[in-house]
Amino acid sequence: MNESLHRLGEYTLLMKKAISIPDRWGMFFRQLIKEIYKLGFDSLWIVIIISVFIGTVIAIQISLNITSPMIPTFTIGYMTREIILLEFSSSIMCLILAGKVGSNIASEIGTMRVTEQIDAMEIMGVNSSNFLILPKLVGLMSFIPVLVVFSMFTGIMGGVFASHLGDGGVMSPTAFEYGLQVWFNPFYVWYSIIKSVVYAFIIASISSYFGYYVKGGALEVGKASTNAVVMSSIMILLADVIMTHLMLT
Amino acid sequence: MVEVKNLSKSFEGRMVLHDIDAVFETGKTNLIIGRSGSGKTVLLKNIIGLMRPDTGEILYDGRELIGMNKKELNVLRREMGMLFQGSALFDSMTVLENVMFPLNMFSNDSYKEREKRAMFCLDRVNLLDAEHLYPSEISGGMMKRAAIARAISLNPKYLFCDEPNSGLDPKTSLIIDELIHSITKDYKMTTIINTHDMNSVINIGENIVFIKEGIKEWQGDNHQVMTAKNQALNDFIFASDLFRKIKAVENQPEEG
Repeated sequence: MNESLHRLGEYTLLMKKAISIPDRWGMFFRQLIKEIYKLGFDSLWIVIIISVFIGTVIAIQISLNITSPMIPTFTIGYMTREIILLEFSSSIMCLILAGKVGSNIASEIGTMRVTEQIDAMEIMGVNSSNFLILPKLVGLMSFIPVLVVFSMFTGIMGGVFASHLGDGGVMSPTAFEYGLQVWFNPFYVWYSIIKSVVYAFIIASISSYFGYYVKGGALEVGKASTNAVVMSSIMILLADVIMTHLMLT
Repeated sequence: MVEVKNLSKSFEGRMVLHDIDAVFETGKTNLIIGRSGSGKTVLLKNIIGLMRPDTGEILYDGRELIGMNKKELNVLRREMGMLFQGSALFDSMTVLENVMFPLNMFSNDSYKEREKRAMFCLDRVNLLDAEHLYPSEISGGMMKRAAIARAISLNPKYLFCDEPNSGLDPKTSLIIDELIHSITKDYKMTTIINTHDMNSVINIGENIVFIKEGIKEWQGDNHQVMTAKNQALNDFIFASDLFRKIKAVENQPEEG
């Protein structure tokens, strides 16, 4: 319990130090562009590939499980859209990004810590947490929603692709496309985007925290990276429950 | 000048530094020497403010480090340059970007002027041909030289070096020692070097502080070290056969 409280306090103080006005705006924007490219843009392909395949699989799985003639066939398109918009593109995609981006952040900052690069910044009088963490926070919080929108679009395209795979039986493209449009609630898109901003903060801040306080060598950097992914994932799931309760019920 | 007064530091009840008093003079290469685990790195970290001592004072030309507020500390930090044991160059930046980093953060000069200053520092350490290389693409000696160039880019008053020769061959170590020594003289800096390299002690040790088990055992220069009577110092300095022979030659009465 004491250890947990200590860590929570350490995390809060680190975020307080990191979320402050940058010493040099020029350097901040240069770092921000680098981070958006490295953490966000570089994740675009994995997001597209996963979303297309999962969108396709969701549509096929639903079509295979709808056997009752009482359920209209457009339900497949409708359910695929709802699953992708409400959970997959935001929560599941951010869990995947926690693995890719979170481990990257923790290992990068952790390596800087054990090789004394962070100490070098502190000696120069640079606010190292602000210089290293703030661009990652802002970069992820601004680019992960973009990735989520890409994921929604490509996931649904995967479903559309699946509807064209069938023999025109249970899942017809026309019914699927009708299902995609029926009872559409635009708030669900905003709900996903808002969730993704919170998840981006969780991934960037928790991973930075685990990296920043690494003590030891390469082994500890590896452990910090794993812990960052595990803790980010747990916090994303917890935040998902809280936000779903607050925004949808 | 950097003064350390009655400095003590302990970790979880274990005393690592005990009542250290030392004066590090301006324009001289000041060495802190001692065996591994003797507390010299802890002393250096206390001096530069990376650790806070339990008791004692650290004075930078009369300015007390411990009581400084954030603004005063930042001003002091900009007067410091530090060469880390592993160089601590930023992996994601080229050599030139590394040297320009302190300038980009704290100088109001134009980009051209900052670049000119960085190139001057690289020239000073004879590393102009490596400006566009990344730290992973250069040798250990070149990394040390790049780190020295970065440390002097803001023209510091105080230069700190943590084991600058570790991992280097004897010839490169000599080059690094000479470089630090000449930079100290040229810019009239207060340089404090943490080392257990005996060549450095003999070559550039103008003011040597010997630490044993957290206690200051001896202070003197590289001439006095050859004739010192302190047993712990002699055990440390003349541990190798080569240095024992050198001492024997040095202590022989001159003929004729």
